[in-house]
Amino acid sequence: MVEDAPVALEARHLTKRFGHLYANHDVSIQVRRGEILGLLGENGAGKSTLVKMLFGLYQPDEGEILINDEIVHLRDSGDAIRRGVGMVHQHFQLVPVFTVAENIMLGDESTRAGLLDEGAAALRIRELATRFGLQVDPSALVEDLPVGTQQRVEILKTLYRRADILILDEPTAVLTPTETDELLKVLRELAEQGAAIVFITHKLREAIAACDTITVLRAGQVVGTTTPQETDRAGLANMMVGRSVVLQVDKGEAHPADVVLDVAGLEVDDDRGHRAVAGLDLDVRAGEIVGVAGVEGNGQRELVEAIAGMRKTHGGSIRFKGQRLDGQRAHAVNRMGVSHIPEDREKHGFIGMYSVASNFVLERFDEPPYARGVVRDFGAVEAHAAEMVERFDVRPRNIDRPMESLSGGNKQKVIVARELTQDAELVIAAQPTRGVDVGSIEFIHRQLVEQRDRGVAVLLVSAELDEILALSDRVAVIYEGRIQAVMPVAEATRERIGLLMAGDQA
Amino acid sequence: MSASPQRKKIVLALAPVVAVIIVAYLFYFFNSEVKTGAVLNGTFRDSTPLVLAALCGLLGERTGIVNIGIEGQLLMSAFTGFYVAAATGSIWTGVLAGALSGALLGVFLALCAVTWKIDQIIAGTVINIFVAGLTSFLYAQGKTLTGSLPQIEIPLLRDIPLIGRAVFENTPIAYLAIILVVVLHVGLFHTRWGLRSRAVGEHPNAADSLGINVGLKRYVNTALAGGLAGLGGAFLSLEAVGTFERGMSAQRGFTALAIMIFGRWKPFLAWAGALFFAFTSALARQLQFDQVIDVPPQFINILPYVLVIVVLALFAGRVRPPAAAGKPFVRE
Amino acid sequence: MRLNQRAENVVLPIGAVVLALLIGAVMIRLNGSNPLTAYTALLDGALGSKDDLATTLSRATPLIFTGLAVIVALKAGLFNIGAQGQLLLGATFAAWIGYDLTSLPSALHVPFAVLVGGVLGLLPAALAGFLKAYRGAHEVITTIMLNAILVNITEYLVGARGPFHDPDAGAQSRTPLIQPSAEIPDVFGLPMGFFVGVVVAVIIGFLVSRTTVGFRITTVGHNKPAAEYAGISAKRITVLAMALSGFLAGVGGAIETQGGLENRYVAGFNAGLGFDGITVALLARVQPLLAVPAALLLGIMRAGQSTMSFRADVPQEIIDVILAIILLLVCAPIVVRWIMRVRGPKDAVEQIQITSGWGGT
Repeated sequence: MVEDAPVALEARHLTKRFGHLYANHDVSIQVRRGEILGLLGENGAGKSTLVKMLFGLYQPDEGEILINDEIVHLRDSGDAIRRGVGMVHQHFQLVPVFTVAENIMLGDESTRAGLLDEGAAALRIRELATRFGLQVDPSALVEDLPVGTQQRVEILKTLYRRADILILDEPTAVLTPTETDELLKVLRELAEQGAAIVFITHKLREAIAACDTITVLRAGQVVGTTTPQETDRAGLANMMVGRSVVLQVDKGEAHPADVVLDVAGLEVDDDRGHRAVAGLDLDVRAGEIVGVAGVEGNGQRELVEAIAGMRKTHGGSIRFKGQRLDGQRAHAVNRMGVSHIPEDREKHGFIGMYSVASNFVLERFDEPPYARGVVRDFGAVEAHAAEMVERFDVRPRNIDRPMESLSGGNKQKVIVARELTQDAELVIAAQPTRGVDVGSIEFIHRQLVEQRDRGVAVLLVSAELDEILALSDRVAVIYEGRIQAVMPVAEATRERIGLLMAGDQA
Repeated sequence: MSASPQRKKIVLALAPVVAVIIVAYLFYFFNSEVKTGAVLNGTFRDSTPLVLAALCGLLGERTGIVNIGIEGQLLMSAFTGFYVAAATGSIWTGVLAGALSGALLGVFLALCAVTWKIDQIIAGTVINIFVAGLTSFLYAQGKTLTGSLPQIEIPLLRDIPLIGRAVFENTPIAYLAIILVVVLHVGLFHTRWGLRSRAVGEHPNAADSLGINVGLKRYVNTALAGGLAGLGGAFLSLEAVGTFERGMSAQRGFTALAIMIFGRWKPFLAWAGALFFAFTSALARQLQFDQVIDVPPQFINILPYVLVIVVLALFAGRVRPPAAAGKPFVRE
Repeated sequence: MRLNQRAENVVLPIGAVVLALLIGAVMIRLNGSNPLTAYTALLDGALGSKDDLATTLSRATPLIFTGLAVIVALKAGLFNIGAQGQLLLGATFAAWIGYDLTSLPSALHVPFAVLVGGVLGLLPAALAGFLKAYRGAHEVITTIMLNAILVNITEYLVGARGPFHDPDAGAQSRTPLIQPSAEIPDVFGLPMGFFVGVVVAVIIGFLVSRTTVGFRITTVGHNKPAAEYAGISAKRITVLAMALSGFLAGVGGAIETQGGLENRYVAGFNAGLGFDGITVALLARVQPLLAVPAALLLGIMRAGQSTMSFRADVPQEIIDVILAIILLLVCAPIVVRWIMRVRGPKDAVEQIQITSGWGGT
């Protein structure tokens, strides 16, 4: 197929250090014209660092980058763009208050008599959009657009600059299965027109479905390069983690008891005043895990925040063991017996500059034994923390270190430890393993199952369908602020869930 | 890009200007032309340093740098402008020196904010304290200027009743300020430079990923902004007062920040805000002078400050500053 | 050489001061005077005799309080730049209570006047805190405006047409002398107010680091959403921190009136103290206990500056410039570290960052 095509982009023995840490060590990859290369690896494997070097955002400490067989020194992203490299970032680099046209032409503006010519840009955008099936309205404000459309804008940004080497960083994280299929079709079309594409993902399924070649990274190094024909998901997982782990959780039967959480007709607005949760019904029983599947942006965040007491509701009710939760603030909800592993741990989960020890008692700092009256008892705080880091295997064990010095996985372990030891009767886990290394993922999953087995009601919200299917006893699908369907996990096939996530009734 | 909620906002913000015009004409109706003329003269004159300072603030913030040090820039340029003019005998050299000193302080602010990544509020405060100390230290009493900048009259337009003489018989920097409002508006919203500058202030990572040099943009724009404040300060000592007094900036730098917020970081609205503020203090002064109201002078003095607080209390929570203003840029 | 956080808190400010003095020396030399004469005169004027020491401590005392005021607000992520105005208001009303209440025993009169001073300092600061928390008005602008307003109001209150004016004063703006029962006495010839300041610094230090209230304040200062999550109302803490900050400034003003040399309130006596409070707070690396040595340092410079000016023929304002340079260097640890060739702790809390922006909290 593409074996004879010229090599468009090549990395030779790239190494990048941050302090004493090797983010990339002796990494070599190559992409030919017309080829889609998958870069696979778990969180923290070094994929992002690698492509940032290919895009000029970082400079390698050792090694070379070749574009069209020519050694290049990319001092900044401008250099990379001029050489035809385009990057679609995982976290969109779009200015929310600008229009689509302004975002696309930024840095490469069309002008007429010294002034901006938005009309000319809009024309060109429409041409590209039609050619590649990426419909957008150039005069729309980016912040008003749904996530899927925003991604199209990101892609158009690269095409506008005549990029023929495209790097996409985890592009499907925010797409429904249907949108993902559409994206893969667009990529295949681009490849056939001669583009070279680098596709970063941590999803084994996608790598096999989308890519011609797959290179696996682990701990900053290349483990191997293979093709979908030569391997399978298990094989790839093996390469990614060094052992055979496909997301499987050992759990026995669930024995659900009474309803603990009862959400009825819930209405919640998002930050911009739009109705994000629109008449949502859901219940969770003691001793079961209910997983809410759905593409991000369909109201999950607002749902979780409303239940946890972090967001006002505008209608409907939330009942916990019969008592109303809506209208209570986060702290009160917590005291009533609800624990919450927040989706955005950096923002809601901990205080970076405080010690690990302090963070273990974040919600209980003013209660005995951690405080007597107004005065805090640091001895008690430290004793508690020491016990927790042992039990939950938080590394390093030093509880005096500032929380921000811990790795993502260990930060999450601290939060999980804190939340799961509060004798709660309802645990809400929102994206509990995002950005976490595989070892910690397994650990956290085991903890959640253990809670369930002790009779706790667990509400799991995750964008990772694999995680939902592995952990849940019942699966609910959320779309546009409503639950489309709830079913026992045995009936939850990927196809059915995929359709429901996209709004189809199945 | 305008939708009707936008239109509504603009109308709401322009309401005070309209109110001012109505009140001005009512005042004229009930009072002599001389008094009204005095108020309007005062309005346009006082608005000049305010609008220049507000433009300084908004240009910097649109690019991501919060400038609390405008007060220091005004004072420093008032000082430099005056003493250079006195030393060289040329007012224009003084104006130039004033603008340059403002620009230099702008570069210093950028150095603190961009390179050393010091908290920008603290950096601005340091500038204010430093300039206050330095100008007091170097102050030499009793110096005066010979001559001042000439007034320029625009024929025909100056014959418009009431506002004609106030607006169109003015000093060069005052005219320059109005021109700069237009220039900055066109620049920010209709040129490449403006689009990139605003991107740097809203989402520097996005700008960076497209090859725009965020740090350089911030340095250059903060320097330019400083030049604007520098013109405002030069106006104070060279045109308005004719001498340098310690502390003569009189918190205008902070008032300008309130005007900038009130004007939603847009040049024309900031100009409206500057006119509004200047009008209220000119009116109060006139009423005091006429002894229409008999209160101790301190209560008249505090009116502009009270007005700032009221404006902030009403508007500050409802506006959206440039998203990245005040945050040091670190590539993600 | 690598320093840990504690060591840095001491070494960096000292380094900043030394560097600033060196730069000041250059400026003095350029002005035509001898730096050594100047600095010796400075120290002599501040510490030469017991009386001088008393004056120095007296100068330092309000700086401890305004320094603590700024520190407490900074801990909550707020910049109370208008502490001076709050101090003036407190001083004025303390003077009023001081002269207007007769036949009150000293044991009641002194604390009552101080309390009134504190409350009056608290009010404008709490207003600024409220406007910040509930209306999104940035406290830097509001406290500066309040500062200007309070300077005018206090001037009026003790001016010729004002209610607190001293009938024997003619055109001068001042209050009558306070009753002897309201005076804060000296201790061994040294102003007691200073020692009160030390005690208050210790109390504030304890409050901030060891109590639940302090935890709430510092948590809001670090991360508002996480604070909400921990059950802390960021809005209420904002108002509380500003109120406490203003209270400290007001108390400082009261002590200055009651324990100072004048025993009355005179308009214009305290110009510039407010900004000095900021310098003290930052020189103390926002640590309450370090506010005392920082205030002492500034007290020495302020007390000695007229002697220096007289003997070495240097304008007094050179001290303002030196203080500004100290402030700059203290805020740019990078610069001082680079000049001194030391490296900071590995997990360095790099800069003081005031987290809030303009629109809303």
